[in-house]
Amino acid sequence: MALIELSGIERRFLLGDTTVNALAGLNLQIEAGEYVAVMGPSGSGKSTLLNLLGLLDRPNEGTYKLEGRDVTTLSPDEQATVRSTRIGFVFQSFHLVPRLTAAENIALPMTLAGISPAERNKRVAQALKDFGLDQRADHKPDQLSGGQRQRVAIARATIMQPALILADEPTGNLDRHTGEEVVNLLEALNARGVTLIVVTHDPGMGARARRQLVMEDGRLKSDSRTDDISILGKISG
Amino acid sequence: MRLTDTLRFARDAATGYPMRTTLSVLAMSIGVAAVVILTALGDGARRYVVGQFSSLGTNLVIVLPGRSGTGGFNPANAITTTPRDLTIDDAGSLRRLPTVRRVAPLAVGTSEIAFGGKLREVMVAGSTADFIPIRNFTIAQGVGLPEEDWNRGSSVAVIGAKIRDEMFGANPAIGQLVRVGDRRLRVVGVLASTGQGLGMNTDELVIVPVSLAQAMFNSNTLFRILVEANSRDAIEGAKDQAMTAIKQRHRGEEDVTVITQDAVLATFDKLLGALTLAVAGIAAISLAVAGILVMNVMLVAVTQRTGEIGLLKALGATARTIRLAFLAEAAMLSAVGALVGYLLGQLGAFALRQFFPVFPAYPPDWAVIAGLSTALATGLIFGVMPARRAARLDPVQALMKH
Ligand SMILES: Nc1ncnc2c1ncn2[C@@H]1O[C@H](COP(=O)(O)OP(=O)(O)OP(=O)(O)O)[C@@H](O)[C@H]1O
Ligand SMILES: [Mg+2]
Repeated sequence: MALIELSGIERRFLLGDTTVNALAGLNLQIEAGEYVAVMGPSGSGKSTLLNLLGLLDRPNEGTYKLEGRDVTTLSPDEQATVRSTRIGFVFQSFHLVPRLTAAENIALPMTLAGISPAERNKRVAQALKDFGLDQRADHKPDQLSGGQRQRVAIARATIMQPALILADEPTGNLDRHTGEEVVNLLEALNARGVTLIVVTHDPGMGARARRQLVMEDGRLKSDSRTDDISILGKISG
Repeated sequence: MRLTDTLRFARDAATGYPMRTTLSVLAMSIGVAAVVILTALGDGARRYVVGQFSSLGTNLVIVLPGRSGTGGFNPANAITTTPRDLTIDDAGSLRRLPTVRRVAPLAVGTSEIAFGGKLREVMVAGSTADFIPIRNFTIAQGVGLPEEDWNRGSSVAVIGAKIRDEMFGANPAIGQLVRVGDRRLRVVGVLASTGQGLGMNTDELVIVPVSLAQAMFNSNTLFRILVEANSRDAIEGAKDQAMTAIKQRHRGEEDVTVITQDAVLATFDKLLGALTLAVAGIAAISLAVAGILVMNVMLVAVTQRTGEIGLLKALGATARTIRLAFLAEAAMLSAVGALVGYLLGQLGAFALRQFFPVFPAYPPDWAVIAGLSTALATGLIFGVMPARRAARLDPVQALMKH
């Protein structure tokens, strides 16, 4: 059973009189433990796809099965539970809560899930150590460097031990060196079995993934796993 | 999310925007403080008046000449042109009533008192021996008026404390002969100083036998008859019996009015109670205004923190969690405001009591409870709308607003 199974996904946006097909006729399978890079020009639907996978958005048509379960028909509260327990997000602009300390930001998903303070402290302490943030536990986000902020965000994304991590241009706001560090961290998580889906504009970073998806106009232009088939299609078409 | 975590989250969010928070707390606290202080004033006035009335005497029934306008139409009265005067004999007749303990006729007027070349204007009360005990006056020196025939008063006077001081200074007053109007009277007693009250100020009063006063003012009428009933339960009986007795003496005409102190007291109590309520109502409007301000502040908070709300949703927060967090913040703003306002109000009432010691400016319990709960309720009610708006935000849109 695939971790993710998309079939016939359509996502349309109404912009005045015109409809934008952000995602069109999308079929996709991703196995548990995969490392996937999503690439393509701006406006090709990469973020829309990621939001959909993260249950932040619903398709107009098609079905999305996560771990074998159709999640498009779940109630908002059930979707929230799935996000809380199965999915971790990493954003380009970090999205840390400015008034909370690094430790509190990392603990936030557990706080929202109602996990006891004792358990929270234990896991946060471990995460701070794992991500090299021990000395920064009580710092507010504005007292941290960009790389440290993204490390806090990654620690936060993993603190609930999700099966799937979705990262939308995680290195977009970082210099090459810090970006490299962050990618290494994400890859280390993947090495431990977490499914990793990264949207990136950086071909070098995309190439590091074991599977590349290229999008164009809301469609899958190429998929490295099925490249042979698509080439075959081009020849015959 | 656990309750303690929700509260901590709300607290941090509130303290994260100090200006906004201070303003809404201030608005709420002014509203509550206004309720506390204004009701303290209103209720203080009520207590003051009631206290003053109670000090007039206990179980008092008062007979006034003339019909009261509220007695309804009585054909017997339609014929009469002028009401009969109240006389000393009218008062005397009331002494025989079974429900009555003491009776004192009262005639009043102004005159002048002279002693040793000093002269001043005074208020003269003509009455009898029982006047002083009925009115709860205390005698500082000497004795009161003598028990004697009401129609043949002896030439004595009881004077107020201020008159004593002005006329005699450090010298003894008891036994001295003073001139009051055209009479020479012997001072037999001095009243204890009472200061300014709602009733008569006795400090500048001269009390003389009632027949003397009537002769002095050249009149046969009384200003009032003061009747003290045997007990609280006897007040109504005494009132009816006094009315019947006087009516009989006045050939069946109800040309007097009999009021009881209780009735007057109840009227004032009701009137001033209503005033306090009205004042509290006006102050409560400021609470509603404060509630609207809290709503405004929370709406701004939702707009300011749209990105954060999107993030919370991405991290798995349910709509309920977000609603509760924002509601808790609104409740916190109004609760802190209410508490600060309560303290400010009590402080204000305390200051009032310090400046006007005779004025018992204590806020009534009902007003404090109503003020605090109105503040909390408005804060919560006006917090619901922003909280729901926050919970309904589309996470994708919200996240883009970062
Ligand atoms: N909320 C929206 N309303 C209207 N149109 C939208 C909305 N969100 C996305 N779109 C449109 O859908 C298309 C895909 O957008 P998307 O954000 O997924 O692109 P992207 O591949 O992530 O681009 P970028 O690389 O610039 O981030 C674009 O044409 C965009 O204008
Ligand atoms: Mg994008």
